[in-house]
Amino acid sequence: MEKEVMALRECYRSGKTKQMSWRRSQLRGLRDFLKEKEVEIFRALNQDLGKHYVEAFRDEVGILNKSLNFVFKELKTWMSTTEAKLPIIALNSSAQLVPEPLGLVLVISTWNFPLALSLEPLIGAIAAGNAVVLKPSELAPACSSLLVNSLPNYLDNEAIKVIEGGPAVGEQLLQQKWDKIFFTGSPRVGRIVMSAAAKHLTPVTLELGGKCPAVLDSLSRSWDKEASVKRIIWAKYGSCAGQACISVDYLLVEKAFSSTAVELMKVMIKKVFGDNPKESQSVARIINKHHFLRLKNLLTDEMVKDSIIYGGSMDEDSLFVEPTILLDPPLHSKIMTEEIFGPVIPIITLDKIEDSIDFINSRPKPLAIYAFTNNEVFKERMISETSSGSVVFNDAIVQFAADTLPFGGIGESGIGKYHGKFSFDTFSHYKSIARRNLYTDFWFRFPPWTNYKLELLETAFNYDYFGMLLVLLGLKRSRKRFHIN
Amino acid sequence: MIMASEVEEKVVFDTESAKEVVKELRANFVAGKTKSYEWRMSQLIAMLKMMEENEPQIVAALRDDLSKPELESSIYEIAMLKKSCGMALKELKHWMMPEKAKTSLTTFPSSAAIVSEPLGVVLVISAWNYPFLLSLDPVVGAIAAGNAIVLKPSEIAPATASLLAKLVVDYLDSSCIKVVEGAVPETSALLEQKWDKILYTGNGRVARIVMAAAAKHLTPVVLELGGKSPVIVDSGINLKVATRRIISGKWGCNNGQACISPDYIITTKDYASKLVDSFKCDLERFYGKNPLESRDLSRIVNSNHFARLSKLLDEDKVSGKIVHGGERDKTNLKIAPTILLDVPRDSLIMNEEIFGPLLPIILVDKVEDSFDVINSSGMKPLAAYLFTNNNKLKEKFVETVSAGGLVVNDTTVHLAEPSLPFGGVGDSGMGAYHGKFSFDTFSHKKAVLYRSFACDAFIRYPPYTRGKLRLLQAFFGGSMLGIIRAVLGWFKA
Repeated sequence: MEKEVMALRECYRSGKTKQMSWRRSQLRGLRDFLKEKEVEIFRALNQDLGKHYVEAFRDEVGILNKSLNFVFKELKTWMSTTEAKLPIIALNSSAQLVPEPLGLVLVISTWNFPLALSLEPLIGAIAAGNAVVLKPSELAPACSSLLVNSLPNYLDNEAIKVIEGGPAVGEQLLQQKWDKIFFTGSPRVGRIVMSAAAKHLTPVTLELGGKCPAVLDSLSRSWDKEASVKRIIWAKYGSCAGQACISVDYLLVEKAFSSTAVELMKVMIKKVFGDNPKESQSVARIINKHHFLRLKNLLTDEMVKDSIIYGGSMDEDSLFVEPTILLDPPLHSKIMTEEIFGPVIPIITLDKIEDSIDFINSRPKPLAIYAFTNNEVFKERMISETSSGSVVFNDAIVQFAADTLPFGGIGESGIGKYHGKFSFDTFSHYKSIARRNLYTDFWFRFPPWTNYKLELLETAFNYDYFGMLLVLLGLKRSRKRFHIN
Repeated sequence: MIMASEVEEKVVFDTESAKEVVKELRANFVAGKTKSYEWRMSQLIAMLKMMEENEPQIVAALRDDLSKPELESSIYEIAMLKKSCGMALKELKHWMMPEKAKTSLTTFPSSAAIVSEPLGVVLVISAWNYPFLLSLDPVVGAIAAGNAIVLKPSEIAPATASLLAKLVVDYLDSSCIKVVEGAVPETSALLEQKWDKILYTGNGRVARIVMAAAAKHLTPVVLELGGKSPVIVDSGINLKVATRRIISGKWGCNNGQACISPDYIITTKDYASKLVDSFKCDLERFYGKNPLESRDLSRIVNSNHFARLSKLLDEDKVSGKIVHGGERDKTNLKIAPTILLDVPRDSLIMNEEIFGPLLPIILVDKVEDSFDVINSSGMKPLAAYLFTNNNKLKEKFVETVSAGGLVVNDTTVHLAEPSLPFGGVGDSGMGAYHGKFSFDTFSHKKAVLYRSFACDAFIRYPPYTRGKLRLLQAFFGGSMLGIIRAVLGWFKA
């Protein structure tokens, strides 16, 4: 592996990946891959996660196409040098900021959106001009194979490599020296990645997870109620069966409103996912037995099983879990302390909806908070009194599609951000450049030091042109006098 | 204020003490004490007052710790910090405002903003060479961003550390900003705690320890480190001006003990003697015939570093290359400005950051060969400097040399420009600060998306059909025409 990494570094040093033409050609290659291999992609996602091809398009292929379009449009601007404003007294000087690639970067992807979460960071790394190693998740083997076998036909193999494997391969990769590591996954492994990165002083972006709460206010208009509930259940069950870092994890609702909400949810689940979601594939599968059993344990827990008010059936052979609703499970149960990552939604009832703020704050900072409300004061409070990667009002998950919003966590939910220009930035170093000419100098810049020079320097330093003039004319004296010489 | 040790009563600052400090600060942060614009402004104003009323004491402490010339203390430490505070005071309202973000078709109808919020409780670990500035400049950023702060100044500059501890208590809000003095044990105790951010200034070895400790809590870090900042000197330039600027950046900055001091020079064999003569001439003008006695040069900070630097000079392959200076005064920890000519690339002095008043000159045949010399080490420095009038050379320099920051025809000045981010890359560090970058580095940029209940895009929900797929494809394709066609196609079907 060291040889492979060295070869990639040599390729980077040759300067090839810095060229705009190279970056564009690679991005075009990705676009072609998505277009020409669409059928294979849908098949692989169906095989690994039971995703319907429309869901696969909406959540993975479509998102990537959108990102590619955005990058093509903006790349020239992003790569350009920006002038930094200097004050007038900085005579004959100029300063710029130049983005440059970090070098050789490692992208470690995950299994729930195996295409999107591999290629979205890859797009950013390429746009910024880096050489890249991508390690897809072995837990989504069909997608991993597809990437390993097909991507090389569309990309420059000297500069971009896909390396398959499990934890052992991951460990080996982490021992190498990278100029950046971009990791998507769990906080536990995030810590391991960052510790490994520390040995080489490698900067990291960690896209982790958490329990993203949805807060449903007591809405009065039926249109609002229906739209809210539809969006909540879609964000829970409709995107990878709740196995998404930005899925709605649990729902907070006022006691008085809870029965309305629950009834509406039951109706909407049937309406949206149909009577047989397993057959219609409107709800994806659980990734593997390990996670299936994990979910089973969460639901069969003594403390919890009595709170199941809808769904609850699980089929181990097909790794299918029915859309399930829980009402007020104990707050200290595992299902309320661990990230659920499955199609089960606990509803917690509160006396007042404003109590949701304290509830959220007493727990680790999530990747996203979803608040469904028309109350402007409550919205303001939610923004200023809670902390999360992002806040979305009256919808969920869609922030992922916004190219102009930074996507990332805080605290346990992650470090750093990406999407749109933030992807370009996260894989770049902004080098500052100050330019001066050699005509002349302020004579008072050099020793031997005197009080007079000190006064002049102070004015120059504060860009105080007028003050300098006063000192030179002998009209201004410094308040302090040091015993210099 | 907590001090690491007293004479009679040894107050030990251990893990428990560190935990208590963080607990108190977190409670005060959660209570919202540091969030308001008023609090932040009050602290920045207090800091300015602190400097105005204590300048002689600060200068005296810096003289104690480093024999730092008064002018360097006044300008490079105090004036720089005043400038930082001043800028934050002027711009804070603007910095605190949410930034509107454009939204596109994919989230239509919606509006969005990026909101800056404080990270929480942050730790600033400072260094000994600019002990006043490098302690408080990050604190300015942390305050501006609304955080609670623990500052751990370097024990290698003890007079300044004590003074800081006293001044922070006297002028700032101690319930939210604390100074913890001490050395390795106290720092380790602090590093075991969970912080929302750590900003560390220092060397690569300790930086790895800091980052590893941060990894346990998923704490983001800014590491301001160093490296060997090279100076390329071309021929055909105004040599007098260039020499003075190099001297100013090297010996005029804490006698070479600065992270962005010119570390070594690269010039052509033909030009070297002219360059050396020019140095000799100006060094004497600035520091006199007996530089060991000049009050305009900092001393070496302590005997450890003095021994380290002596070792660099005494190495066999290098000791014969001294063409100027080399005088040492062990008792007073002074080393004269020393220039070495044509040192071997595998010598000790060329393989570690010098951080002292020794300036080796590396010779190349053509000035263009300098870039290979710089890039061959594989380590990216914090700064790189080029003196030339040749525009093509300037372009190549910007293109090929990767460093935190570059300066053409001067040294170190980019540090003073707040519109430029100050930080390293690779071995010279990660993250940046100064000016607004300080505010940003201590903030969390939260994305806020406002969606309306109107217009629920039915295409995103099951039941899934081919028709929906076509519409989604058009939708993500982004072209209005494509969308219209798909919609028409939908109606036809």
